[in-house]
Amino acid sequence: MLGILRQKVGAGSSSAMILGQSMQRIRPTTSALRAFSSSAKEMTVRDALNSALDEEMSADPKVFLMGEEVGEYQGAYKISKGLLDKYGPDRVLDTPITEAGFTGIGVGAAYYGLKPVVEFMTFNFSMQAIDHIINSAAKSNYMSAGQINVPIVFRGPNGAAAGVGAQHSQCYAAWYAAVPGLKVLSPYSSEDARGLLKAAIRDPDPVVFLENELLYGESFPVSAEVLDSSFCLPIGKAKIEKEGKDVTITAFSKMVGYALQAAEILAKEGISAEVINLRSIRPLDRNTINASVRKTNRLVTVEEGFPQHGVGAEICTSVVEDSFGYLDAPVERIAGADVPMPYAANLERLAVPQVEDIVRAAKRACYRSASLAASA
Amino acid sequence: MSFSATNLAQPLQLNTATPRSNDKPSLLLPKTSSFLGSTRNFRPTSLSANPSHSNAHRRSAVVAVSEAVKEKKLHASTNLLITKEEGLELYEDMVLGRSFEDMCAQMYYRGKMFGFVHLYNGQEAVSTGFIKLTKKEDSVVSTYRDHVHSLSKGVPAREVMSELFGKATGCCRGQGGSMHMFSKEYNVLGGFAFIGEGIPVATGAAFSSRYRREVLKQADCDHVTLAFFGDGTANNGQFFECLNMAALWKLPIVFVVENNLWAIGMSHLRATSDPEIWKKGPAFGMPGVHVDGMDVLKVREVAKEAIGRARRGEGPTLVECETYRFRGHSLADPDELRDPAEKAHYAARDPITALKKYILENNLATEQELKAIHKKIDELVEDAVEFADESPLPPRSQLLENVFADPKGFGIGPDGSYRCEDPKFTQGTAHV
Ligand SMILES: Cc1ncc(C[n+]2csc(CCOP(=O)(O)OP(=O)(O)O)c2C)c(N)n1
Ligand SMILES: [Mg+2]
Repeated sequence: MLGILRQKVGAGSSSAMILGQSMQRIRPTTSALRAFSSSAKEMTVRDALNSALDEEMSADPKVFLMGEEVGEYQGAYKISKGLLDKYGPDRVLDTPITEAGFTGIGVGAAYYGLKPVVEFMTFNFSMQAIDHIINSAAKSNYMSAGQINVPIVFRGPNGAAAGVGAQHSQCYAAWYAAVPGLKVLSPYSSEDARGLLKAAIRDPDPVVFLENELLYGESFPVSAEVLDSSFCLPIGKAKIEKEGKDVTITAFSKMVGYALQAAEILAKEGISAEVINLRSIRPLDRNTINASVRKTNRLVTVEEGFPQHGVGAEICTSVVEDSFGYLDAPVERIAGADVPMPYAANLERLAVPQVEDIVRAAKRACYRSASLAASA
Repeated sequence: MSFSATNLAQPLQLNTATPRSNDKPSLLLPKTSSFLGSTRNFRPTSLSANPSHSNAHRRSAVVAVSEAVKEKKLHASTNLLITKEEGLELYEDMVLGRSFEDMCAQMYYRGKMFGFVHLYNGQEAVSTGFIKLTKKEDSVVSTYRDHVHSLSKGVPAREVMSELFGKATGCCRGQGGSMHMFSKEYNVLGGFAFIGEGIPVATGAAFSSRYRREVLKQADCDHVTLAFFGDGTANNGQFFECLNMAALWKLPIVFVVENNLWAIGMSHLRATSDPEIWKKGPAFGMPGVHVDGMDVLKVREVAKEAIGRARRGEGPTLVECETYRFRGHSLADPDELRDPAEKAHYAARDPITALKKYILENNLATEQELKAIHKKIDELVEDAVEFADESPLPPRSQLLENVFADPKGFGIGPDGSYRCEDPKFTQGTAHV
């Protein structure tokens, strides 16, 4: 099970000890971003998600939130803080611990045009509801020949957490992204979180929305445009977080932060990395990825999930299909180790990608082609 | 607090008004108890439904037991429910559970263990009352709140503590962690962190026991499985599916619900249309029993019946133990929703204090003897911490071990031989 993190909501950061380590690792990037836009307002990912939910609920009475502990407890990770008070128990529903049941109920409600936002306390628990996500939500529009669409959002924290062992620490991006009929989004920053969640709620199809527990307390600069209640991001469009010319690094969610850190280190060594924040895993923005690879001629994919049949594999295929002739080095794939997550901290560290892994892979990609060129 | 055996069966009432009781003539269903009326007043979704006041929703004693339990009680003749040796064993096991968990809290705050750590304080009578009646071959299936079940089952405190420290000497070599205790030797089958998923696995263990006896003709295989889980979990479909199959196939299992009234911050009454969980037993054709889970002797009496029934091949039992956790859901839970009065009410019913009182009042042991137990356990827990602290971390080579029973599952490498045969294979990298 899941333990609940003690959070200082609104204060921006989590005081939970288990986060300590990983937060340290993410922070340098954030402060770097802060420096770029000192005039902009800052917002945590948690507040970004909370405000997006709030605004969409206030704009559309068909939107409601259901899940475990979303109401009186204010959300296991406090994403729904204040919403019960504001919208009442008919629109913020605390469910029993019955993922299969309440997810199916969400789908049935969406059949009649309601817009459920189903929170999984963590995406690990969506395993108990995967039948409804895949069989009921993703396929109804097709099976009914377009008569019945399913405007539902499944959201919650996804990916590796810290110290919670094999069952509570894994990434479901590749799992859900394999399914036709689903849209799969994964925000990194506060801007992503706001814009993508609003897009997901307004979307007429089922959207799997993969957040990251370790990012909730992170602050990011947000522009006035992002803070506007009409703000929305397009589904299926990646964002170039940092432009570069030597190597393309694709990442999503927390790994975008790692990729940006890796890019900083690489820059000091004279390698200019372009970092792509995928934002949307399905549909995948093949254009942005391929355009970048055609420029840099080298690709490193980064994800926390298992390597086999993963997001990296799909990106690699898209590049092999569209830009094969442009590649100057084999594609490097950084992923979690091909093992269930170990509990022991030292093994856990070995099982998830680290910034150094990305740096090393990018160098391999660059030097390999350089030495090939030299010998040619 | 009364421990008398006859009290146990007293509140039994035949509910002739329930049509279903005709279908299940062997099962006794009680009259709808008064608290049900009061829960109807709780609008499950309304804000005012926070049942923080009083404990009116709790029943006072056992409200239903199987025919077998009832008969046994009628014929019970001794005054004392336990011998001195039994009393001291129960006391020691409960003190071990409590001290171990208190130490875990300290070690967690010192950063020695990490992630989600769920402690068992307050619920000791359930683990002790049931598990101390099992044989080594009997299995226990637990949840994320599994340290104390493992200890009661016999897994050495050193191995459990070391597992929590993420060390190579842990019962799962640091691979499982707090929520995933396993011990083949002691038949602890996990440590399941997802709600409800331990229940089918436990039912499968019980299935294997019956299969071994009846298909494989291992006549002496009378092993029983105990499945422990919470009130919140009793709303999950896997529970109902397994009640059905266990009854259908007469499996040797006891479903032990540790109803501590809360599932994280969700009160049982807000989550459950009919909060009397034991009633689901009769609905599926097995006895349903409610017992005071703060009273180890009552738990033990009920457990004796249920385990005996399973061992005799008479099928499953559902037992709802009314208990309470003295700490937050996990060590990271701010625990802001539970009413202090409710906490105080149950703190006053501490199962360890209650057993101590019983032991002393009945002259089963002296104050001195009980003190000696505390001293022994303190030393044992200290020793477990020292052992865990001094133990080595799992080596890097362990990263790829145990993914498969046959590591050929990792496939064939570029040189045409199995990857696991490459000496570099187990050295471990982040991107295998
Ligand atoms: C499928 C699933 N959903 C959600 C969770 C998160 N979770 C962990 S413990 C818990 C509450 C369980 O309450 P209960 O069954 O009463 O057991 P207790 O913790 O009180 O012992 C929840 C919702 C989970 N572990 N698994
Ligand atoms: Mg509970």
